[in-house]
Amino acid sequence: MNQTAIHIEQLTVAYQAVPVLWQVGLNIQKGKRTAIIGPNGAGKSTLIKSILGLMTPLTGEVDFSVKDGEWSEYKSIKKSVAYVPQKSSVDWDFPTIVLDVVVMGRYGHLGWFKRPGKKDMALAEEMLVKVGMHSFKDRQISQLSGGQRQRVFLARALVQQAEIYLLDEPLAGVDMKSEKVIMELLEELSSAGKTVIVVHHDLQTVKEYFDEVVFLNREVVAAGSVATTFTEDIIEETYRKDHSVAERVDQL
Amino acid sequence: MLVEIQLIAIVVAVACALPGVFLVLRSMTMLSDAITHTVLLGIVLAFFATQDLNSPLLMLGATLVGVATVWVIGALQRTKLLSGDAAIGIVFPLFFSIAIILITRYAGSVHLDTDSVLMGELAFAPFKRTQLFGMDIGPQALWTRIVILLINSVFILLFYKELKLSTFDAALAAALGFSPVLLHYGLMSLVSLTAVGAYDSVGSVLVVGFMVGPALTGYLLTRQLHHMIWVTVITAVINSIVGVQLAFAVDASLAGMIAVVTGVTAFAAFLFSPEKGWLKKTLRRSKQQKKLYKWKTKQEMEQR
Repeated sequence: MNQTAIHIEQLTVAYQAVPVLWQVGLNIQKGKRTAIIGPNGAGKSTLIKSILGLMTPLTGEVDFSVKDGEWSEYKSIKKSVAYVPQKSSVDWDFPTIVLDVVVMGRYGHLGWFKRPGKKDMALAEEMLVKVGMHSFKDRQISQLSGGQRQRVFLARALVQQAEIYLLDEPLAGVDMKSEKVIMELLEELSSAGKTVIVVHHDLQTVKEYFDEVVFLNREVVAAGSVATTFTEDIIEETYRKDHSVAERVDQL
Repeated sequence: MLVEIQLIAIVVAVACALPGVFLVLRSMTMLSDAITHTVLLGIVLAFFATQDLNSPLLMLGATLVGVATVWVIGALQRTKLLSGDAAIGIVFPLFFSIAIILITRYAGSVHLDTDSVLMGELAFAPFKRTQLFGMDIGPQALWTRIVILLINSVFILLFYKELKLSTFDAALAAALGFSPVLLHYGLMSLVSLTAVGAYDSVGSVLVVGFMVGPALTGYLLTRQLHHMIWVTVITAVINSIVGVQLAFAVDASLAGMIAVVTGVTAFAAFLFSPEKGWLKKTLRRSKQQKKLYKWKTKQEMEQR
């Protein structure tokens, strides 16, 4: 039952003339929790953004399999993909309340012009209960702690009722309780057959939280199940090697 | 006539304040300052092409130059060779000064003179009338402003959800298929159009104050976007009423007085807002400081 949810082939992404990802090839397993591990500047967020079509790659492509046996581009299955950006990427002083932020997760299903209705509100409240933030639903978002903000973001992803979940550093600056809530929900999702991909920074917890691991440093150093791939050697290889791929451009 | 001037002032103020809400939330007030000046170049160029100050092409030309300004500034910023505000600092004076030179050199004899462009003149607005089936239905300025106000209201009403999401979380908006670039340029077209509509009433220098001031007041007094929009609109109405009455009372520039009142209300909101105000925050901090000091002296006593 080893099925692929996302197939990435020969993906090269560059900012101006500087390549950030070099010939990345990956198969993300359906129904598994995959951690993307790598040092700062390894291109982890760029990989997530490229999967979501937020960046135009130089070469390569990303294909999704949501229904069995059918391969599609991101555009045609975007309603089945939920994305949690880095917490720091938004302005938390924006005048809005918790419930409102969670409802934003429904916007993709609504499309242009249509406003969220009672159903969307009810679903948002339900997911707020799941992440343990329901009593905060009328709070201004600026008043939340880091962990609470991340739980609200997770609730916003959950209301998308997606098949694939992409989370960029959901555990950065998060308290123990929030970490537990978040990881339990992600486990629940993968048990239900959903695919979960997480940019992760804490090597200590990889074995406990994930099934699969991708070691990334501009290129894929190794990828596979945590049991076989999460080894001292590979970790060292990922973090030690000078993976600057800039000189590759000169050699072309 | 006084009523007409007051009405025009209110409509201009609200029309400017609406896009201002999103300018403030997107930290783009300086970009809008650039646009409100460079649209003048579009007006001048369109005027040379049509030789008619009332041509609707003036609006179109101005909007196009406004959008071009945004694009050029964005392109300069994307090179990463200069900082964001430096790009604004280069483009805005360049376009604006070309416009000023063109006006002073070639258009000195028409209504398009530098004084009215820089300062605007609300008081003369009622002299130009609009006729419908031979009937006088009010000053032309009022009707053009109402149209712009309607366009702004409809745009924000239609794209409320999309504007909100792309302002709060552009990455998610893009991932969900709501192009932030499209919304950005839509909003910028609106700002350009509004600036043209407002410039001969309030002048290109003060337009940005009309856009930013009420929105800032709204931002400081509310916790939710739709409340912020309402408070912003109400503030704009009150500012223009108080401003016009004060200006008549002391016989001063109408637009100038509204801008002063706008500045004063925004500053008052900054100081006294019950939740986000400076006074509230300072009081809280000094209370905490006192507590901390008390605790420190207690600790020291115990150690002795």
